[in-house]
Amino acid sequence: MIRHAISNLNAWLAILAVVLSSSAGDVLLARAMKQIGDLGQLRARRGLFFVALLILRNRYFLLGVGCMAVSFYSLLFGLSWNDVSLIGPAAASLTFVANALAAKMFLHERVDGRRWAAALFVAAGVVLMAL
Amino acid sequence: MNLRKYLVLGGVTIFAPVGDSLLSFGMKQVGNISLHNIHSLFFAMTNLWVALGIVMLLGFFAAYMTALSWADLTYVLPASSLGYVLLAFIAKFLLHEQVSLTRWLGIALVSAGVGFVTTGPELTRRPPRRQLPGDHPAAEHS
Repeated sequence: MIRHAISNLNAWLAILAVVLSSSAGDVLLARAMKQIGDLGQLRARRGLFFVALLILRNRYFLLGVGCMAVSFYSLLFGLSWNDVSLIGPAAASLTFVANALAAKMFLHERVDGRRWAAALFVAAGVVLMAL
Repeated sequence: MNLRKYLVLGGVTIFAPVGDSLLSFGMKQVGNISLHNIHSLFFAMTNLWVALGIVMLLGFFAAYMTALSWADLTYVLPASSLGYVLLAFIAKFLLHEQVSLTRWLGIALVSAGVGFVTTGPELTRRPPRRQLPGDHPAAEHS
């Protein structure tokens, strides 16, 4: 019983860590990619090496990768305590809701009614998954 | 949207759940890791399934970065939502995990919700900004 509670607590702590670090990472990576431009077109014009160099020299990219690394180890920690069918969707879905807020606040994306409705559906789905 | 962009989104959709499932399978072999023994997370990467999972997640990362270069973050994440459904099927039929009816309903709701955004535009279009003397084009997005 106690072991089950500890397992659940550790899993949800891991999910929280994944959501926070992953959202920060997503926003930083999105900003980096928007700065660089369409990777497909750039690769066709300037080659893969040039594109890789451009990405690796972007400070938002490097910060984003750091956040993603924290997110990855939090995910591994969570997976050692609970099933992937809980950790995976719960962390990813909550990250989606956090991302909608972060994208509007920091990236100034147009998050319209459709996108907010999607966020509410996702949140409801996460509650059902956690029951 | 063209075929190349759909293929990139397909890569985002497939690589993530397959990678997560391989990690899960591997971590079940490695066993529970406590906070006192957190450095064991690094040794977990020597497990074949965890290593394969990492390779798949690198594939996901490449596809994800490409998608973010031409679409909004709030478009890319939902558009790849079919991955949740795929993940549930992998968990049920390959990893033999117990996936309850409530959890199935939750996964369906998540997928339905995020499906909304795929009908909208993939990128926020901003009116072109008036060029001011001394403006540098590279500073536009920073």
